[in-house]
Amino acid sequence: MIEIKDLHKSYKMGSNVLHVLKGINFTVEEGELVAIMGSSGSGKSTLLNILGMLDVADSGEYTLDGVPIKNLNETKAANYRNKFLGFVFQSFNLINYKSALENVALPLYYQKVPRKERQERALKYLDQVGLKEWANHLPSELSGGQNQRVAIARAMASEPKVLLADEPTGALDSTTSYEVMDLIQKINDQGNTILVVTHEDDIAHMCKRIVYLKDGVIVEDKKVKQVRASAHV
Amino acid sequence: MFNRDTWNEIFETIQKNKLRTFLSGFTVALGILIFVSLFGLGNGLINTFDKFFQEDATNVLYLFPGKTTLPYKGYKSSRRIEFENSDLADIKKNFPMFLEYVTPRISRNRLVKFEEESDNYTTTGVDWGHQFAEKTIIMKGRYLNVEDIKKKAKYAVIGRLVEQDLFGSKNALGKYLDIGGSVFKVIGVFQDDGGDREERGIYVPYTTLQLIEKNTDKIDQIVVAFKPEMGYMGAMAFESSLDKFFKDKKFISPKDQNGIFIRNVADQLEQNQQFARVLQIIVAFVAFGTIIAGIIGISNIMVFVVKERTKELGIRKALGATPNAVISTILLESVFITTISGFTGMLIGIALLTSLGESLAEDYFITNPYINTGVAIFATLILIIFGAIAGYIPAKRAARIKPIVALRDE
Repeated sequence: MIEIKDLHKSYKMGSNVLHVLKGINFTVEEGELVAIMGSSGSGKSTLLNILGMLDVADSGEYTLDGVPIKNLNETKAANYRNKFLGFVFQSFNLINYKSALENVALPLYYQKVPRKERQERALKYLDQVGLKEWANHLPSELSGGQNQRVAIARAMASEPKVLLADEPTGALDSTTSYEVMDLIQKINDQGNTILVVTHEDDIAHMCKRIVYLKDGVIVEDKKVKQVRASAHV
Repeated sequence: MFNRDTWNEIFETIQKNKLRTFLSGFTVALGILIFVSLFGLGNGLINTFDKFFQEDATNVLYLFPGKTTLPYKGYKSSRRIEFENSDLADIKKNFPMFLEYVTPRISRNRLVKFEEESDNYTTTGVDWGHQFAEKTIIMKGRYLNVEDIKKKAKYAVIGRLVEQDLFGSKNALGKYLDIGGSVFKVIGVFQDDGGDREERGIYVPYTTLQLIEKNTDKIDQIVVAFKPEMGYMGAMAFESSLDKFFKDKKFISPKDQNGIFIRNVADQLEQNQQFARVLQIIVAFVAFGTIIAGIIGISNIMVFVVKERTKELGIRKALGATPNAVISTILLESVFITTISGFTGMLIGIALLTSLGESLAEDYFITNPYINTGVAIFATLILIIFGAIAGYIPAKRAARIKPIVALRDE
């Protein structure tokens, strides 16, 4: 599903050049649930942003679902993001003046899905994350865990090939973290490919595979026995 | 780009961001409102101006006698000059090719009585041509004619307000008035655009007035109407030859500026039109400034709007909004708001001007302020277009921001 070869990325910080990713090689099969771990500054978020086409690598190859991702202009990147990827952010990034339902329906708007169908599909995904009754509430009227579930529903609404989650539990307490992970596991059970960036060990062990990043290179890549989050809820 | 879905999205955004909508809408509406009002008021000022100088005929010269300041041909200075009937005849004899008509003017303030009612009115002895010089409008009856003058008839043409004052609701035509002790028959009632003062006047044949005053032949003023086709230059030439003729006839030194005065309406009209033109330029300048201020205002708001929406736009881009979608979201929203509020402001401005009407005429010299609809629409469109351009630049920049940068912007 995802194939990257010798990926490099550096940032200019004034006169210094910060080499963040120093040659990453990495493959993800369909249906995997991968945790990317590392301390802050290890380059894990940068990697996720490049995978999500939110940022561009300096060099290296990236293939997503057989499509080589290169020479992207903004319009192309936007279309790929819309078709292939769903995002879940640490700070939810919901649009604050739109209701839960409208937030979930937004990616479908950019897929030019007709309004009525959009609403129906959005409601279906809200139902899946257990927030059907909250459809018409604004993000400010929902708790952090509920907001993250809305964000997950939004990421799933466009039926992406890969779900990218950047510290999805970073802003949540442990109980709601497990609820969110439970949801992510269930989505993975349905066969979706998911990448989770985290620095929490217990969250990482709820995935099926853990990739450790340190100073811009992969230091360890192992399959783990998945801990079901439902056991903690 | 223009499907129903796009508009739904825009309406939702507008509805849910009331402050933003209000700010940009208010700026544009206010800008246009001020523009329309200023422009309209300026036009009203020009209206008043035109009216001032169009109540009397513009092809006339007014001759006033003065007092000499220089001794000449054996006459001492400080001699009072007087006009008499022979002067009228001389003008007619010497300048027939220039003339339309000549009329004297002898003004007296007289006590006028009808039955129990009485009041003082300006009674003016005139010739028939005076009707055209003053643009007097006859409401009923008739004006003085050649026969009345020749026969020294005791006829009077009275102003609308004189009839109102003395006769109340009764018809004055055919009634007899006591004017300063002599009885005159009312043969006509007039109105005049010059206002109440003029409508409180009475016209009688100048010959009759002279007869009552011990058969004198003195005249206060002479009004000379020239042929309008002579134009401005012709009028000026006619004025100087009249001046020369009278100075010669009355033994006034050619260098004496005070023996006789000629007021040339054409000359004044030229000056006034120039003044009105300057006024128009000033008004246009101020209005233009308002539009510029409006454009700057809407530009600032667009920059603010885009800045405020940076994060939202980043989210939209992460969810698959293309740069064009981002730009059109911002632009359509801004154009929609500016169009609606711009035309609202314009309509309010026009309604305001219409409601003012004549109410400012007395105190502020502004009559019937108006704005050409074309000008108003043009100004509104200009503001909308510049609002869109001003919005496009930050919108384009926002569309180019990497989503990751926008999302980091907390």
